[in-house]
Amino acid sequence: MLHLDNVSKYFGGLPALHEVSFHVPRGGITALIGPNGAGKSTLINCITGVHRADSGKIQLEQVSIRSAPTHVIARHGVGRTFQNLKLFGRLSVLDNVLSGLNNEAGSSMCMALLRLPYLRHRERHLKLRALEALDNFDLTHLASHPAQILAYGDKKRVELARASVGNPRLLLLDEPVAGLNATETAAVAAQLRRLHRLGQTMLLVEHDMELVMELADQVVVLDSGEVIACGTPAEVQRNPRVLNAYLGSMEPTA
Amino acid sequence: MHMRTSDKIAYFIRLHRTGLWVTVLGLGLLLYPLVQDNPYTLGVSNLVAIYGIVVLGLNLFIGYAGQISLGHAAFFGLGAYGSAISTVTFEIPPWSAMLIVALLVAFLALGLAIPTLRLSGHYLAMATLGFNIVIHRILLQWDEVTGGVSGFYGIPTLQIGTFALDNEIRFHYLVWSVALVALLLCLNLVRSGVGRGLAALSGDETAAAALGVDTRTSKIKVFVLSAVLASVAGSLYAHCYGYISPGSFDIFVSTDLVIMVVIGGMGSIWGSLFGAALITLLPEWIEIFETYKDFIHGGILVLVLMFLPQGFVSGIVDLLKTRTALRRSRHASS
Repeated sequence: MLHLDNVSKYFGGLPALHEVSFHVPRGGITALIGPNGAGKSTLINCITGVHRADSGKIQLEQVSIRSAPTHVIARHGVGRTFQNLKLFGRLSVLDNVLSGLNNEAGSSMCMALLRLPYLRHRERHLKLRALEALDNFDLTHLASHPAQILAYGDKKRVELARASVGNPRLLLLDEPVAGLNATETAAVAAQLRRLHRLGQTMLLVEHDMELVMELADQVVVLDSGEVIACGTPAEVQRNPRVLNAYLGSMEPTA
Repeated sequence: MHMRTSDKIAYFIRLHRTGLWVTVLGLGLLLYPLVQDNPYTLGVSNLVAIYGIVVLGLNLFIGYAGQISLGHAAFFGLGAYGSAISTVTFEIPPWSAMLIVALLVAFLALGLAIPTLRLSGHYLAMATLGFNIVIHRILLQWDEVTGGVSGFYGIPTLQIGTFALDNEIRFHYLVWSVALVALLLCLNLVRSGVGRGLAALSGDETAAAALGVDTRTSKIKVFVLSAVLASVAGSLYAHCYGYISPGSFDIFVSTDLVIMVVIGGMGSIWGSLFGAALITLLPEWIEIFETYKDFIHGGILVLVLMFLPQGFVSGIVDLLKTRTALRRSRHASS
């Protein structure tokens, strides 16, 4: 699905990513872990075009997206959530989720101004899909609430619903359970398992090792901008470099 | 399960509430000259409609797309002078002139938007302000074409066939029809995917782009649309009053237009008309307002930004939505 080949990114001469290479297989969950400052969010930003990688290849199903602008990458089918929530506070929860279907809503300003019958029909169809997504994420009762008044856990779920409602080919999740309590984490984990069952390909950046080891099919470990390990959760947990760099206090499992 | 008639009516009203509100407003405006035929009062309400058209467009740019323009009076002026010069100097029929001028203003706005909309915040404000100053100086100093400081006289009235729109009642129906069409178009836009894209853009540009919104093109398109609406309003202004002067299109008019957007409500289409009405009508109601206009505009702006930063209409609507949501949550949890 997603191929990264020797991707490097420098900020003012300092390497944030150095020759990062790995492959995200279709339909699986690949977790990207590493200590703070390892370059995880930078890599997500390079994949989504927020930052442009200085060298290397980033390919989504054989199409190079390294130099494409963010909105073009989104239209190729890459959805994402953000480490720091980026909901549209004044919009309702329903409108936030509807904005996740922007690629299908049409971008012609003339058509939008005239609101022709076919456009009204399409809007109704999109609204039904957004309502269905809200139902799946158990957010229906919050549909008309302005996003800015929601509790943090609800905001996280709205962002996840917004990112996944358009059935993206690849879903990038930047710390989806950071700051959540155990109950909220369990709710988000259940949603991720549901998406996984539906065949959604995901790249998950997360610090919650329990969640990562439970959900991920493959784990990639970054340290100081370099990939130091890549394999199944069990393999990664046994890797001495990983234990040294990141999971130092965690006991390897049999 | 069958719906009761009252439920069907409630559902119909909810489904078509926007169209129904526009219809109610349209009916009110249709009947207005029957209860108020004073030419002066009608003239003031016509001015509300003209400014309302400009503010509707400007609100899309400022309130929805989250950008800033301190130069929209220039587009308003270009529409007015464009129509005046085309009809008087070049003897082009007024309706055709209005369309040609709107088209030329659209191209000019596009040419201006491509470099300037790379800027944001104070830099964009300064660039648009500079554009307004340049246009105003041209209107003032290019005497032989614009009439200079004395203004431009003898602009013909508009006609529909042989029916001349030559008094305040006829202007009323003309300018408010155009304002209602502009209102409907803007309401359509903000309820579409394009409108949600603009709202996303003002919320967070990176998040909007990550959802597939071409942020740069969206900004340019909405800037051009707002310039065209300002141009059409300017053309109507010229044909309705028959006389224009550069003072009606200077940077202070641009700031008044922004104040109308902010006071009415950023991101509220209905608030645009409210803001235009309030700022146009206040001097008529309170005499001292005319003398100390700039102080009072500034004072109102400061008060609104302190207590209702989203503007009157948006602020009150947001407040009501939040209260309703919280009440529902409390009700559900109890």
